Amino acid sequence: MKKENSEKQLTGNSQNRRGMERRDFFKLVGGGIVIFFLPKCKSETVPVEEPGKRTLPKDYNAFLKIDEDGTISCMTGKIEMGQGINMSLIQIIADDLDVPMERIKMVMGDTELCPWDGGTWGSLTIRAFAPNMRKAAAEAKGVLFELAAGKLKVPVNQLVAVDGVISDSKDPSKSVTYAELARGKKIDRYLEVKPEVEDYTKFTFIGKSFKRNDSKIKVTGEAKYTGDMKLPGMVFARIVRPESLSGKLVSVDYSEAEKISGTTVVRDGDLVGVLNENYFLAGKALEKVKAEYSYDEIPVNNENIFDSMLKADSTADVETSAGDLDAGFKECAKVVETEIHDPFIAHAFIETHAALANFEKGKLTVWASSQTPYPLQDSLAERFSMPLNKVRVIVPFVGGGFGGKSKNQQAIEAARLAKVSGKPVMVIWTREEEFMYDNFHTAGVLKIKAGIDKNGLVKAWDYHAYFCGTRGAEIVYDIPNHKVTSHDSKADSPRVHILDTGPWRAPNNNTNTLGRELQIDQLAAAARMDPVEFRFKNLKDQRMIDVLKAAVELFGYVPAKRYPSGRGIGVALGTDVGTNVAEIAEVEVDEKTGKVKVVRIVCAQDMGLCVNPHGSTMQMEGCLTMALGYTFTEEIHFEGGEIKDRNYDSYELPRFSWLPKIETVILDRKDQPPHGGGEPAIIAVGAVICNAIFDATGKRLYQMPFTPERVLEALKKA
Amino acid sequence: MEETITFQVNGKQVELKIDPTQTLLWVLRNNLGLTGTKFGCGIGFCGSCTVLIDNEAVRSCSVTVGEMKGKNIVTIEGLGKDGELHPVQKAFIEHDALQCGFCTPGMVMNAAGLLIKNPSVTREEIIAGMEDNLCRCGAHVRIIDAVEAAAKEMKGGK
Repeated sequence: MKKENSEKQLTGNSQNRRGMERRDFFKLVGGGIVIFFLPKCKSETVPVEEPGKRTLPKDYNAFLKIDEDGTISCMTGKIEMGQGINMSLIQIIADDLDVPMERIKMVMGDTELCPWDGGTWGSLTIRAFAPNMRKAAAEAKGVLFELAAGKLKVPVNQLVAVDGVISDSKDPSKSVTYAELARGKKIDRYLEVKPEVEDYTKFTFIGKSFKRNDSKIKVTGEAKYTGDMKLPGMVFARIVRPESLSGKLVSVDYSEAEKISGTTVVRDGDLVGVLNENYFLAGKALEKVKAEYSYDEIPVNNENIFDSMLKADSTADVETSAGDLDAGFKECAKVVETEIHDPFIAHAFIETHAALANFEKGKLTVWASSQTPYPLQDSLAERFSMPLNKVRVIVPFVGGGFGGKSKNQQAIEAARLAKVSGKPVMVIWTREEEFMYDNFHTAGVLKIKAGIDKNGLVKAWDYHAYFCGTRGAEIVYDIPNHKVTSHDSKADSPRVHILDTGPWRAPNNNTNTLGRELQIDQLAAAARMDPVEFRFKNLKDQRMIDVLKAAVELFGYVPAKRYPSGRGIGVALGTDVGTNVAEIAEVEVDEKTGKVKVVRIVCAQDMGLCVNPHGSTMQMEGCLTMALGYTFTEEIHFEGGEIKDRNYDSYELPRFSWLPKIETVILDRKDQPPHGGGEPAIIAVGAVICNAIFDATGKRLYQMPFTPERVLEALKKA
Repeated sequence: MEETITFQVNGKQVELKIDPTQTLLWVLRNNLGLTGTKFGCGIGFCGSCTVLIDNEAVRSCSVTVGEMKGKNIVTIEGLGKDGELHPVQKAFIEHDALQCGFCTPGMVMNAAGLLIKNPSVTREEIIAGMEDNLCRCGAHVRIIDAVEAAAKEMKGGK
């Protein structure tokens, strides 16, 4: 990313609500050729249009710039948090513009330099954003060809482009570089028509594997994250917090805290910040603050939350239905009913939320670890009654997000404290604050009733999801009579989830994939069929059949004569953000301790066109590894608003010794549009391990995570 | 009470007049501007603040600057020598053993300490030695591969 250069150009330029005026724009970025473009689909990019919030600009939301020195820059509000999009986007531009990858710079997540973007989530970057970026590249190439035709006096159709040079195919001595064509130009184009995008067979970079382009600065400590920023006069803030989420500040005495050298304490309503140029001393001073809170009695905890969800007055929205359930169940020879419990889990990225806020000359600048720089800009402008062009948000490298860095509470806190103190304020949440103020993966209950006929065909499927949404609850199998119902809070009833909830890598899909695949497995057992063969028998979706075949082949799966077979091998399928996955895993269960070791996990993924197979493979490995946490250990223990797990001492993340042998395959689907890659492989891991434990022991677990205690409990059951 | 404390950081002598109970992590980040060493948990459970103290991998959030008198500290910024990256750093790049990169400095320093202690480390010993460093993105497999490759490289490819 070429932030250092771009930042120099920033002196008092402004950006209006819809983006920059043309005049301001060129003042900001200098000359060159600029193509503005829109994302593919409004509904995909802006999931919720809240009243009073900005909607997607009608004119453009990203741009591609060909500089006078031949540098190609792509400005986008997307951010890099480890998923590697700064590489895959470069590959795409390189291909469509016929330029070497080294000449392309991504400028990301800066509200002053980049046009509006809803946020980096939902594995949207490649599937929704990239197709339009490709069209912009094609448009840019069109402009360059027109200019070259004029300059070389050669018809456009006789020109060819290689490595940023356009030449006459009949007389290669006639040539001109992109840099020469851009020099002295101020050309802007708004992409409206849809130019032809090149055929995939002509790709040079797309579809090939490239390593990360940010490793070197990340292994040397040079890469800057929000907490690494420093401004003259900056102070660290430690914030006075209650013991429980329900705490309301009654009184606070910070006279002793201010005796710690260099400390000032500032207050903005209920927000009390202990400020010191030294983070350690700010923490020491915080210990001296005497604060009294009042707490509400909330009779909900991690044990009774599931009952309280089922008892709550909830909606019953039918999301999908087909056929006639009653008639379907009448055809069934066997019916299985299941209830599954899934707890709250934390995002637990290693970088805690951080933000640096600075008010200077009537302008607010905030650096923040955030997946949503523009919504943060909106919130700041609203809170401080400032125009948007006086609020700038910059997102440096983000140390993990997974959906959990979208609410920006820490940035609002930093800005409030900066406002009252008149100093640049850095907030870096402690791990304890991180666990307290996380917006957790939603706890939920699933109730599923389904049946098979005497031939082992699933005939009826009645699926209910309580307070966890239905992402991932697609039927997938060919089931003639089915219904999926979502039960959620009624508009005027009190919130059932007392903890804050939000997106967690493939939000809710882990829960719903576990539900479907566990239930399908129980039906396979009821049919006395091998679980892979049972799935093939009940599938009609060719893409799903293909991805299961690929997993079977990679694993070398041999159907068992009986199920459970005792081999400890499980299978599960899933679908998320347009991508399908099939996973097969082998486990060993220690029946004395209840510990489960995953020996091997295989994942086949159909994600349509894969831009960077190496990058996607890393995302798959990351998903499969991260998923071991929600499968075996991760669960937030709480009592009312008091979060009991406040650090990694009791909240256990996956460790090196847990690693199974991981094998992945990405199906070759170059002819298909690209789908999401950051999340899908995580969704089926809980299910595949649940099914493998059943295959090993004949016992089934219905509550996540599969702790040794729960495994032992299941083993005791008859 | 402030004291004058002298120690070496990345080959340079450092003298600080400082409260000796301050944790090394924040002295490195705050007083010395060495922000490559990351804060992750503050209780020594994640390993992202790992540095070398007299060639041993130590969590800098769990030691005080007062304990550093006369010690030789190496942080991620000082691991490379003469403009050349340390073999572990090179192997992390080669194997793409990272995603978001936040745990990476701690992983690299812990691996470097492990290889000083045991140059003939086996894959099993690498897994055990890296066990208490946490990574949320799930780069584990590549990290093990990288450390194994670095160990081999440091032994002259044997």
